[in-house]
Amino acid sequence: MAFSHLLELDNVETHLRLREGTIKAVDGVSLTVDAGETLGIVGESGSGKSMTALSIMRLLPRSGRIVGGKVSFKGRVLTDLSEDEMEEIRGTEIAMIFQDPMTSLNPVFRTGWQVGEPLRIHRHMRRRASIAAAVDLFQKVGIPEPRRRVAQYPHLFSGGMRQRAMIAMGLSTSPSLLIADEPTTALDVTIQAQILDLLQTLNRDYGTATILITHNLGVVAGMCDRVIVMYAGRIVEQGRTDDVFAHPEHPYTWSLLHSIPRLDAEQHQPLRPIEGVPPDMVNLPPGCKFQARCPFAIARCATDEPELLQVREQLARCWVTQAGTRLDG
Amino acid sequence: MSNAPAIVAAGTPIRRRPFGLLELAQRNRGVVVGLVFVGALFLIALVSPVISPHDPIATEPDNAYLPPLSPGHVLGTDELGRDQISRVLWGARVSLPVALVAVAVGLVGGGVLGMVSGYAGGLTDLLVMRVVDALLAFPALILAIALVAALGPNLRNAMIAIGIVAIPVYARLVRAVVLQLKQMEFVMATRSLGASPIRLIVRHLIPNLMNPILVQISLSAGFAILAEAVLSFLGLGAQPPTPDWGQMITTGRTFLPNDPWLAIVPGIAISITVYSFNLLGDSLRDALDPRLRS
Repeated sequence: MAFSHLLELDNVETHLRLREGTIKAVDGVSLTVDAGETLGIVGESGSGKSMTALSIMRLLPRSGRIVGGKVSFKGRVLTDLSEDEMEEIRGTEIAMIFQDPMTSLNPVFRTGWQVGEPLRIHRHMRRRASIAAAVDLFQKVGIPEPRRRVAQYPHLFSGGMRQRAMIAMGLSTSPSLLIADEPTTALDVTIQAQILDLLQTLNRDYGTATILITHNLGVVAGMCDRVIVMYAGRIVEQGRTDDVFAHPEHPYTWSLLHSIPRLDAEQHQPLRPIEGVPPDMVNLPPGCKFQARCPFAIARCATDEPELLQVREQLARCWVTQAGTRLDG
Repeated sequence: MSNAPAIVAAGTPIRRRPFGLLELAQRNRGVVVGLVFVGALFLIALVSPVISPHDPIATEPDNAYLPPLSPGHVLGTDELGRDQISRVLWGARVSLPVALVAVAVGLVGGGVLGMVSGYAGGLTDLLVMRVVDALLAFPALILAIALVAALGPNLRNAMIAIGIVAIPVYARLVRAVVLQLKQMEFVMATRSLGASPIRLIVRHLIPNLMNPILVQISLSAGFAILAEAVLSFLGLGAQPPTPDWGQMITTGRTFLPNDPWLAIVPGIAISITVYSFNLLGDSLRDALDPRLRS
C-alpha cells in the first residue's frame, strides 16, 4: 500500500464548545507515527494530549469537534470516514488504553468475557471461543492462572492486573497502533515499571506502534523513540527523545527537565519549579503561550507567536532558540 | 491487512459458574420469604380454577350472607350467595396480571426515557426530564384516576394508567444509574474497541441496571396491586361481576355493620399481596446493596 506513515495528523484543530466559551483544545497539531515506532506525548493537564488521542479515535466528548485538518491512517483519511467505518477501525486497527484501570472494566461482567469483546465484535467469534482466546491473551500479558482469572469479576483484580487485562483487550485483534493514555498514572511505581515493560515487550514482539501519552518525563525517556511536548493545545517541541532530553530547544521542555531531580547530575542543584499557571484556554493571550512563565522571554514573545521550526536536531516553537541562543549556554 | 503475528490462538472452552442466587438467599432471609410468598401468589392465580370449590360468579340466593366457616363455604358467601373463597382465589387472576402489565408499561416507558435522557444528555435530557417531572408532580393515585376517567373505566385502561404513573420512577432511576456509569472509563473503553452506541447500551449498560431495576419492579408491583384495587373500588377498574378484590370491598362496604367479613376477606388478600411484593423489594434492596457486599 502506498502510504508513507502509519498515522499522520495534518494541522488538526479540535474545539471544545463550553458554556464559558470555545476552547481550542488541539490547535494545529501535525505529527506522524511510523509502523512499530513508539511516540511519546508529554504535557501538563489540559495541554491537549488526551484530546489529540481522542481526535484520532474520533471519540471526542459531546462538546468537542474536529474543525480543521485531517487524520490519515494507512493512507485512509479517518476524518472523512463514516461512523460505521470508524467503528471498524476502532479495536481492529487502533486500540486505546485508558488512565483509570479501576473503572475501565465493566463491574458486572467477568474479565474474560470483556477481554473477548473485540473478537466478538470484529471477528464474529462465539462466546466460548472468545473467552478461550482471552485465556491466551491473559497469558501473554502476564496474568497468572489465566484460566481461573478469566472467570473472575474485575473487583478481584488489582489495579496493575486490570491494566494488564485492558492491554490484553487492546491487543486481542492485533492492532497496528496502540494509544496508551496515561496508562501508568494511577498505578504505584513498581507496577508502573511492570506495565511499561509489558508495553515495550509487546511493541517489540508484535510490532505494534505505540503512542504513549504521559506527564511523566521519566517514562518517555525510557520508552519512546521520539517525543512531542505539548503546551496549550500546541506542539512546542518535537524530536528524537535523546536530542530533546540532551538539549531542549523550548523553554517549557527545559523547565520541565529542570523541575525533576536527576540522579546523574554532577552537582546537585535545587529543583526549579515552573512559576505561574497555564494560560486561560478560553481567552488565550497573543504571542507565545508560554511567554508569561518563560525565564528566557524577550519582547517579541508577547506579541508574535513563533512557528514550529527546525532548531538543530529537533523542531521547536521558540523565538529565542530559533535565533540561535542555547538555553543551557 | 495486518502482517503482525496473530496474538490469539485457539484454546479450550471455559465453563461458567452459575450466578450465586443461593448466596443471595443466604445473605438475606427476607429475599427467600418474599420469593416464596410472591411465588405462592402466582401459583394460586395459576391454579385457582382447579382449587376453587365453587364458580366465583355463580349466584346462590338461598345461601346469601353465610358467615365464614359455614359448611361448604369456608369464607362464607356474599349478598348474592357467591362463594367468598372462590372469589378471592379468582381475584388473584385479575390483580396479578394487572400488576405485571402495569409494571411492564412503566419499566419500558420509563426505561427508554431514562436511558435516552441519561445517555444523550444536554437538551434532550433537559426536555425529557421536565416532562417526567410534570408527571411526578401529580399524586400517583390522583393521576391514575384522572387517566382512567379520560380513557374510560375498564380493566385494560386501569393497567395502562397505573403503568403511566410508574414511568417517572423508572425514568429517574435509569437516568441516575446511566449518569453514574457514564463517568466510568469502561464506557469510553468499550467505544474505543469498536462497539456501536447501541451495542454499548444493550450489552454493557443495561446489565448494570439490573439490580436497581429488580428492586424497583418488586416495589412497584406492590403499588400496582394497591392502585388496581383502589381503581376497582372506585368503579374505575374491573366491572361486575368480575371477581376482583377492590370491587369486592366496594360491595362489602355496604354490609359492613352486619357482615364485615365481606369487605375484610378481600382486604386481607390485598394486604398479603402488597406486603409480599414490598418484602421482596425491600430485602432485595438490602441484599444487593453494594456497600454490604463482601
